[in-house]
Amino acid sequence: MKFGVVVFPGSNCDIDCYKVLSNVLKKDVDYVWHDTENIEKYDVIILPGGFSYGDYLRCGAIARFSKIMDSVVKHANKGKLVIGICNGFQILTEVGLLPGALIRNNNLKFICKTVPIRVENNTTPFTLNCEKGQVINIPIAHGEGNYFIDEEGLAQLEKNNQIVFRYCSEEGLIDEKSNPNGSVKNIAGICNKAGNVLGMMPHPERASELLLGNEDGLILFKSIIDYLERGHFE
Amino acid sequence: MNNKPWESVGLTREEYDKILEILGREPNNLELNMYGVMWSEHCSYKNSRALFKHFPTSNERVLQGPGENAGIIDIGDNKAIAMKIESHNHPSAVEPYQGAATGVGGIIRDIFAMGARPIALLNSLRFGEIEDDAHMRYLFSGVVSGIGGYGNCIGIPTVGGEVYFNKCYKGNPLVNAMCIGVIEHDKIHRGTAAGVGNLVMYVGASTGRDGIGGASFASVELTEETAVKKSAVQVGDPFMEKLLLEACLELLDTDYVVGIQDLGAAGLTSACSEMASRGNSGMVIDVSLVPRREEGMLPVEVMISESQERMLLVIKKGAEEKVKKIFDKWGLHSAVIGKVTDDGMLTIMENGKIVGRVPAKSLADEAPKYYREYEKPEYIDKKRALSIDKLKEVNDLNEVLFKMISSTNLCSREWVYNQYDYQVRTNTVITPGSDAAVIRIDETNKAIAATTDCNSRYCYLNPRRGARIAVAEAARNIVVTGGKPLAITDGLNFGNPEKPDRFWQFRESILGISEACRKFNIPVVSGNVSFYNETPENAIYPTPIIGMIGLIDDLDKVMTMEFKEEGDIIVLLGSTKEEIGASEYLKVIHGLELGEVPEIDLDLEKRLQDLCVELIDKKLIKSAHDLSEGGLALALSECLAKSNLGAEISVDTDLREDIYLFSESQSRILVSLDTNNVDKLKELCNRYEIPFTVLGRTIKDKLSIKINGDLVIDVKVEDITDKLRSVLPCIMG
Repeated sequence: MKFGVVVFPGSNCDIDCYKVLSNVLKKDVDYVWHDTENIEKYDVIILPGGFSYGDYLRCGAIARFSKIMDSVVKHANKGKLVIGICNGFQILTEVGLLPGALIRNNNLKFICKTVPIRVENNTTPFTLNCEKGQVINIPIAHGEGNYFIDEEGLAQLEKNNQIVFRYCSEEGLIDEKSNPNGSVKNIAGICNKAGNVLGMMPHPERASELLLGNEDGLILFKSIIDYLERGHFE
Repeated sequence: MNNKPWESVGLTREEYDKILEILGREPNNLELNMYGVMWSEHCSYKNSRALFKHFPTSNERVLQGPGENAGIIDIGDNKAIAMKIESHNHPSAVEPYQGAATGVGGIIRDIFAMGARPIALLNSLRFGEIEDDAHMRYLFSGVVSGIGGYGNCIGIPTVGGEVYFNKCYKGNPLVNAMCIGVIEHDKIHRGTAAGVGNLVMYVGASTGRDGIGGASFASVELTEETAVKKSAVQVGDPFMEKLLLEACLELLDTDYVVGIQDLGAAGLTSACSEMASRGNSGMVIDVSLVPRREEGMLPVEVMISESQERMLLVIKKGAEEKVKKIFDKWGLHSAVIGKVTDDGMLTIMENGKIVGRVPAKSLADEAPKYYREYEKPEYIDKKRALSIDKLKEVNDLNEVLFKMISSTNLCSREWVYNQYDYQVRTNTVITPGSDAAVIRIDETNKAIAATTDCNSRYCYLNPRRGARIAVAEAARNIVVTGGKPLAITDGLNFGNPEKPDRFWQFRESILGISEACRKFNIPVVSGNVSFYNETPENAIYPTPIIGMIGLIDDLDKVMTMEFKEEGDIIVLLGSTKEEIGASEYLKVIHGLELGEVPEIDLDLEKRLQDLCVELIDKKLIKSAHDLSEGGLALALSECLAKSNLGAEISVDTDLREDIYLFSESQSRILVSLDTNNVDKLKELCNRYEIPFTVLGRTIKDKLSIKINGDLVIDVKVEDITDKLRSVLPCIMG
């Protein structure tokens, strides 16, 4: 089982993902520079958070043209796992692996804080250890995490069970007050139709050690590991 | 040339005469401008240097003291911490977002110029009152966005800081940024040019006309006229800096580099002359080889531009292709622009023709040194007088408490730090909103605690004592998180040093810092002076900001401020005296900013801190929180808001109730502990000769305080939390 963490010049959560996989979970993980073309040896590709190319234009708009992204698309189309976190999610929408777009937070400010999110779909490789409706606390840190999709697209997402996480209250209620950034229907993370590509704004890698206050995020990484070890859903 | 050429570059007649003496001739325009920026206060510290001798700057842990890009202090395991604070006050006053952003960018470069990997940012901010001042809210909001915009993008967590509001900062906000980096002992680099024939290389962003004269701009008072100098403010590009940071650290892992320095204030002029001066060498550079972003730039513009995200390297001859390859990988400019000589001269050429030539040392080290006159200001004695008996009695202390926690200086800073990415790099063990931030050091079981502190009202009313308190309080903030204080970087913000009363404030503050540092054996390893923080109306309060770091040698011993469990005993270490002078209580409730500053007994403070260290070491306490502005009532409120627990307090005192609750007596720490450990705590308090009071215990969701049997405070914790949190969001919209 091998993980690859993609490094764009302005990635800055690459180390954080690497540390969780390597130090906490003792898994085999490499940094993969953005001009790499052959990524066949990896089972999971992680597109980490950061500001891939400065993101002065639109987040992820330039990263999608980097060499590695063609390979990431192929990797995903083979059914292998891809997870985009924060800037990684933005890149996945730009490259077309996931629908919708991430626009500026509705308060127009960068927001860094830990928020509760509810697991809406526990049948993905990323959430199979979760209960449906389970509330986990995961940090967000973004200026452009306001998920937008048109009504038709939203209907598709809902119909195909592609909404994986929603922002919620501590008790698990989905309401306006619990929506930190204005996302449509409190959406915090979605997957593709096949379920092998996940994009999420919250940072599970920041919630993976008790020393740092919280290890709710580990359940995602452990789900991935269990899925790969079994090779299928139970 | 006009008949008073010195005026155009901000120098005096006497200083110009000194240049004539050095050169034996008239300087040309380029040379004169180079002296102008290098001999500005901002670059030369000509008004302050004479006093620095008072600071202790070395001990067994100091690997690099003041005078370099940053100070470095040993933390064991072959690792060390690089640290530095710097002001960006005037740029932030005219262009808050970019002023603050480039302040952050500059301080980060100072850290990686040493070869250190930046791991955390802090800041210390001061603004005028924001409630009824839209411009001040614009400045505050812009500065916070700028700090976040830069730090968040480059991926260095902003883990701590402070922000205070006072009308004295109305025309002159303060923006001081601090950066901490980690480095291995054998990887330390310095800004030196040595080895005749070695190459001078320019890397990073191209040079434009932005920031021309920034150093001089920082060295005058702010007026309507100077406020239009927006071109003296630079524009930041954090993505470029991220590339530069990674490329430089990759390069510094090789052995190609002889010296490296940030192109900061005074740009190439400063970097070239300082590196040559430190290396006792000379340097010749050709400005036509400098990558540029604008056409037709004159040599003088290239030499004093303060375009951001640039570095100057001295590399071994023959390594240029290898160095270039690293910068190519990161998509950055790199160009050989000159070489090291042994003639002691800084020679500037344009297309091979000499356009300026002056002794490097004369720019970097031979600025005049002034011993300014000082005189105790008249206000001091008048404002210290305070008659407590004349203070009107307050009736409803619940209401007073709410008014206090709803004031801009005491409320929660969440609105600010939620705009900073304080978690990136996943090492932030204690996040903002606590006494000190705690950052884990990778590959060790250690952590660094860091804080910035200064109560400038104390420094205004009694600068010597206020400065001592700033050091003591910073150390206390470190200690309550489980750390042992290691070193200081100081950000000294003052008014015009040419005025004797302002210089008196400066001198007293330096002496106060020095006394406290010596007592605690905490060296000053780097720092920054910012003078001329005044407008025609008024000067700022003296604001010597203490940036301090401490070492936590076992991650298991990190201590936090919030109460942990219901039924724990709450104890106040230290004693509460009738010290309400200069307090937030006087300001918020009585509208007064006067009185004598609380006493600080440095011996007692040291014993208190040693006691706290031992209590944490022996795991006898579950929480610890420093008492500062707002006194006991505020400290309790803060512990409760963070823990969602309540507290039941009952004390006897001879003091007036309001004074007991809000006194700002120094050397006090609020701790909570298991009932079973109370006897051990008492025993240790006696051994360290620290007075203590058992205040009460933690309960569910309310705060009740009885004084001499009377219930004076009885409020819901939920209301405290809501009030603390809602102040800034309400004001800022």
